[in-house]
Amino acid sequence: MKPFVFIITLFFYYQAKATVLYVGSDRLYKNISAALALAATGDTVLVGAGHYKEKTLTVTKSITLKGINYPVLDGEKKYQVISIKADGVVVDGFKIIHSGISSLEDLSGIKIYDRKNVVIKNNILEDTFFGIYIQNGTNCLIQDNRLTASSREEQQSGNGIHCWKSDSMQIIGNTITGHRDGIYFEFVTHSVIWRNTSVKNIRYGLHFMFSHNDAYIANHFKNNGAGVSVMYSHGVKMYSNIFEENWGDGAYGLLLKEITDSYIDGNTFIKNTSGIYMEGASRIHMQKNLFKNNGWGMKIQASCMDIEVTKNNFIGNTFDVSTNGSLVLNTFDNNYWDKYEGYDLNKDQVGDVPYRPVSMYSMIVEKNPPAMLLFRSFITSLLDKTEKVLPSITPEGLKDNKPMMKRFF
Amino acid sequence: MIIASNVSKQFGKLNALDNISVTCNKGECIALIGPNGSGKTTLIKSMLGMVVPDSGFITFNGKNILQNWQYRSEIGYMPQIGRYPENMTIGDVLDMMKDIRGHSTRLDEELVQAFGLTDLMQKKMRTLSGGTRQKVSASLAFLFDPAVLILDEPTAGLDPVASEILKEKIIAQKRKGKLILITSHVLSELDDLVTQIIYMQDGRLQFHKSIERLRADTGEEKLAKAIASVMLKMQV
Amino acid sequence: MKKIIKYVMSDILQNRIVLVYTFFLLVTSLSVFSLEDNNSKGLLSLLNIILLIVPLVSIIFSTIYVYNSAEFIELLVSQPLKRKVIWLSLFAGLAGSLSIAFFIGVGIPVLLFQPNAIGFMMTGIGILLSIIFVAIAMLAAVKTRDKAKGIGVAILLWLYFSILFDGLVLFLLFQFADYPLEKAMIGISALNPIDLSRILILLHMDVSAMMGYTGAIFKDFFGTGTGMAISFGVLLVWSILPVWMSTRRFNRKDL
Repeated sequence: MKPFVFIITLFFYYQAKATVLYVGSDRLYKNISAALALAATGDTVLVGAGHYKEKTLTVTKSITLKGINYPVLDGEKKYQVISIKADGVVVDGFKIIHSGISSLEDLSGIKIYDRKNVVIKNNILEDTFFGIYIQNGTNCLIQDNRLTASSREEQQSGNGIHCWKSDSMQIIGNTITGHRDGIYFEFVTHSVIWRNTSVKNIRYGLHFMFSHNDAYIANHFKNNGAGVSVMYSHGVKMYSNIFEENWGDGAYGLLLKEITDSYIDGNTFIKNTSGIYMEGASRIHMQKNLFKNNGWGMKIQASCMDIEVTKNNFIGNTFDVSTNGSLVLNTFDNNYWDKYEGYDLNKDQVGDVPYRPVSMYSMIVEKNPPAMLLFRSFITSLLDKTEKVLPSITPEGLKDNKPMMKRFF
Repeated sequence: MIIASNVSKQFGKLNALDNISVTCNKGECIALIGPNGSGKTTLIKSMLGMVVPDSGFITFNGKNILQNWQYRSEIGYMPQIGRYPENMTIGDVLDMMKDIRGHSTRLDEELVQAFGLTDLMQKKMRTLSGGTRQKVSASLAFLFDPAVLILDEPTAGLDPVASEILKEKIIAQKRKGKLILITSHVLSELDDLVTQIIYMQDGRLQFHKSIERLRADTGEEKLAKAIASVMLKMQV
Repeated sequence: MKKIIKYVMSDILQNRIVLVYTFFLLVTSLSVFSLEDNNSKGLLSLLNIILLIVPLVSIIFSTIYVYNSAEFIELLVSQPLKRKVIWLSLFAGLAGSLSIAFFIGVGIPVLLFQPNAIGFMMTGIGILLSIIFVAIAMLAAVKTRDKAKGIGVAILLWLYFSILFDGLVLFLLFQFADYPLEKAMIGISALNPIDLSRILILLHMDVSAMMGYTGAIFKDFFGTGTGMAISFGVLLVWSILPVWMSTRRFNRKDL
């Protein structure tokens, strides 16, 4: 009996302890700051609909801050809207608008300072400088937020979800538009970026540096200024993402620089100026990706080695693969190339002659960009045909010895 | 009607016309005679404005023909070789010419009927024989009842019957007081037609006489013989 | 003038070569659209036809037609007509009927299968190219008296515009690889109507590749309204200038 009484007592104790503080024009607390000041650890502050201008709300206790029908928190273009300085805080269901702009302080919609187990979900952020800023966080969950910024210039805009020096983060199901970088990772480890949509950001859809052993899965990056950039990291897993319509000079579906021991599987690259651009990358496994209607499917600089490209589909690209040197330390096997003109006599679905994905004209354009003027002219197709018969400029080793006759999926 | 004054034309080194002056009047039927390459066709073409003389000028009814094109409505021209766009029918060609000339002038379709072209109206040009094409050319030249007729080798390629029809037509026109210019190699044909002879050689006008004068000068009745004797004299 | 155009056009449209040409274009464009699994690949094959076959047929057919019409032209000149009218009618007849042939052979299938900006662009440019090469053919024909020589000149001109010019450009590009040639290339492309046409169509088709480094510069020029207007202006000049020159020449020509 005694333990039971103890549990009941404990239950009532916590029940009494975890109070709900209501905020609203017809409630006890007219503003959020007052409720925050009186709330204790474990409490819930429930905010009704309304327009709140409370400068910066600083959360210093481990509480749940929840909005009903998206109450508006207005930073009046001067202040950071929410600062989180306690572990385990939950921010849920707010509409956060007009943060101040300051490159010095990185003013944000929501900023987490050196904390863990924070949850930011279901918020709408509009016209914030930085959206959600995590500085030295651990095991935080950023889920289902919608971030929209409208600046035109890089200097006037911060990143959507910015993680710096963090670990075990989960970035899930967010939608980011109009920021400088949609999602920014620097020194972030063991984290996952899953099911986010990053569209029309000024610079990168995802900017990823010095962040090891992370995975990003099933995200959609579309029409960002320069696509997605992944640099100076190892152990990155990129699965089932879509990279789409990243157009322009220096725009890539995916830019890989100094990446090692990583996996690129099941991604889709459509209508990018270059699907993938690789520089100084090594030991990367690329499988089952789809490269479709890109200017260049893949640009592999000669500084890359041990890249394994297998079972990918290359369809409708202007140039499938291009490179800038003659040394090839990478392997291409069992890919499907829609430009392949070989035959398959023994009907094993593998072409009997190798396919050379690098055309002579792509080498010419690589060396002499203005030659793009002659794109699809009679003379260049003539050159390509001659090169096929008598290879002289294109790298001898860059070929698929087992090209597939049919596309994979 | 047509006066050429000191007309010269060079094609490269060749002197096609060398200081030619001729006067062609109403009611005359003039034969242009001379060996191949003597400049007959060039002279005709100059009169039609197809060839522009290097020097000298040509007037038509007192007006310089240079930069002028309306005067050609008074000329009917039958070219040496008549070739037409091959998918046009005879009817098309006649219609087109009627369109170009306008319907104001009275049409003279006598030759069209005499040559039996009425039944061939739907025939395409490319299916026609050279003779039939010549018939079309002749019909076109006379169609608009022009004051001047310029006929370049009119009977070449025509069968004897058609040839005779054409000659009759020419004589009839001469009687109407029109100016007719004919070039021909077959001199015997010209006997009954011409009133004047222009003889050319190497681009130069050798003489321009009435046929009576020529007969008197040479003592030959037939034009062919008269010309032959002239040529013999010249070689001597 | 209308009178002659009417007859010339009906003559050319019944011409066996033009009929075969129209039929060939029609069969190719239909098969290209029904055989290829994606339409953009079909458009690419059509692009080659527009850039190679159309100029070739236009220039050679027109040259031969002008030479074959020598006697007919003489007959017309002997009529009360201005020479200018005769020559321009002949041009209008040739350009009109070859444009119609192109429109039936390529324009209609393209607009059926691709009723968008690319489709309209291709049709328009194909027609412009037909007109331009008729104009060039007539200039070549009026300048050369001998038929065989004239046809030779026409073939050479086609070779020049479709291959030699590009080869020359490629050569120059490598000779002057150290200089920034991007902007100059825009100007150079104006010197060849085929190149200009190709770029105009490609900018609507291979957008991704054309957006690359140099492509961006081309896109910045040709992609803008002004650039497009200038390019079409240049194409118009390419069709008007040879006509003007050949008319002047024909006015003084001895037939």
